[in-house]
Amino acid sequence: MKAINHQITKSPNHQIPWLGQLGNNPLAVAGLLIVGFLCIVALSAPWLAPYDPQAIDTWHILESPSMAHLLGTDPLGRDCLSRLIYGARISLLVGIIAVGIATVIGTTLGALAGFYGKWIDGLIMRFVDIILCFPTIFLIMAVIAFLEPSILNIMAVIGFTSWMGVARLVRAEFMSLRQRDFVLAARISGASNARIAFSHILPNAVAPILVATTLGVGGAILTESALSFLGIGVQPPTPSWGNMLTEGKDNLEIAWWLSMFPGLAILVTVLGYNLLGEGLRDALDPRIRDSGKNN
Amino acid sequence: MALFLYLIKKIFTLGPTFLGITLISFMVMHLAPGEPMSLQTDFNPKMTPEMRERLRAQYGLDRPLHIQYLQWLKGMAVLDLGLSFSPDRRPVWDKIKERLPVTLLINVLAIGLILVIAVPLGVAAAVRHNSFFDQVTTVLVFVAYAAPAFWVALLLMLYFGVHLGWLPISGLHSLMGYEQMSVWEKLLDWCRHLILPVLVSALGGLAGLSRYTRSSMLEVLRQDYITTARAKGLPEKKVIYKHALRNALLPLITILGLSIPGLIGGSVIFESIFAIPGVGQLMWTSVMARDYHLLMGNLVIVSVLTLLGNQLADIGYALADPRIRTGVQVED
Repeated sequence: MKAINHQITKSPNHQIPWLGQLGNNPLAVAGLLIVGFLCIVALSAPWLAPYDPQAIDTWHILESPSMAHLLGTDPLGRDCLSRLIYGARISLLVGIIAVGIATVIGTTLGALAGFYGKWIDGLIMRFVDIILCFPTIFLIMAVIAFLEPSILNIMAVIGFTSWMGVARLVRAEFMSLRQRDFVLAARISGASNARIAFSHILPNAVAPILVATTLGVGGAILTESALSFLGIGVQPPTPSWGNMLTEGKDNLEIAWWLSMFPGLAILVTVLGYNLLGEGLRDALDPRIRDSGKNN
Repeated sequence: MALFLYLIKKIFTLGPTFLGITLISFMVMHLAPGEPMSLQTDFNPKMTPEMRERLRAQYGLDRPLHIQYLQWLKGMAVLDLGLSFSPDRRPVWDKIKERLPVTLLINVLAIGLILVIAVPLGVAAAVRHNSFFDQVTTVLVFVAYAAPAFWVALLLMLYFGVHLGWLPISGLHSLMGYEQMSVWEKLLDWCRHLILPVLVSALGGLAGLSRYTRSSMLEVLRQDYITTARAKGLPEKKVIYKHALRNALLPLITILGLSIPGLIGGSVIFESIFAIPGVGQLMWTSVMARDYHLLMGNLVIVSVLTLLGNQLADIGYALADPRIRTGVQVED
């Protein structure tokens, strides 16, 4: 019985070498390389940065890119390249933790709704509809403006306003799987509800969750940079790509490099996560894969 | 008849959703520290605690929260959004009313631009699947989707405004000599000021929608009835535009409805960059001044617009999809 049970409960996704599939997709590989590169940059910032990102140098303010300062200096004479490198830490940290929070909330609520159905499902999904009706940036603005705009608060608020997609995904997966034979088999062999939900159904939803999470990091980084740009995100002097752009905006007519490079950094980062996410989607979705029509 | 019932059912689900929105907005605002009064009173040396209490009572802030909410809801029932907490004490609706048209205009123009460019682009990429054109547009769309709108706005301002000097970079119309212009010159002046904001606010949606069009079209082109149409010997143009596109556009209606909150949310950012006096800017000032009524009013208006957009999308979907129109599909 144990062997049969084991065989039935194993989901189809686990046996397929989708990693090889990912390797065949040049865009996904590019995404993976970008994300990997950024993680290395963020982790080794103190060794990579040529200057202290906070060091003010009044002799060299607003210098255009040169050999001494590869990406120029800002109005306080700080080295833009060093600030960009340290900014990678903030962006990646906020992106990843915010999405982590969103994934935990989304998975829990989605699993509850999909597993129990009936009024629990109705209540949770109506709540999802309500939150989806808010332009999230308005909600975030309202909350952040009242709270302290610290990095911790920003991560929490972005996480609390971006879990709805994951909740819908997980719910759909639970709805379609809870009547299947392997769940019945687990139930007959005496598994508890929690055990069925977490160790039998949830593993099947890992693939779509992984895709949504990867794509979500890009979105969260964009949101953080927009908030910092508006002045309610990461506060100076801590360098973040968003607040560096604010300085760029204030010196638009005299220092193009201030607005060019931080924006480019955001673009490349978000692009990397999106390419990786889409590549994962294609590699993990058997429908697309088997038809041989990879994007 | 089925369509009518479908719409009635839809409208009845709106009420609870709307109530939920107002309740959450209200809670978010009041759970956070700070009050409208504190801006006016904290730094005023003549303000005694008794005076502050009297002021709070005058604004109704001394009552329990649930009473305040019910009070607000009672006003809402007769479409009264209350008075602004700012010193001018003007009705919230008046303040929103004078700014709403600008925001709506820009968003409608942006949606129009998105539709006109994204759909043909997506269809062309799907029809030439895996061709050079498809690959180039795919990469371009990915780049456009990842570009932060406010950064693109800065670059466009830098290039077209500062470097070339072709387009104005802020405001809705020229400050100098605007009064002396003829009607046509005024219109032209407006258009020149609107080009960059509309472009910027359309960018993200443009990339998203053309990507959806492409994948939706690919999905449809794979289906049996398309093969049948081709086997019947129909010209390729007819197969694509009459048979495939109509079905491929269905999911796009919903996507467009869902993208409305994002578009309106973007208003905050581009209105702040281009100094456009719209709802986004009003929202911003109301948040900063903790103007509860004005903030609530803004959130309500924006969420009503969103709900309306979603309803229009649903109705459009029902009109376009015979399965819903005739009530064949029973599952919701």
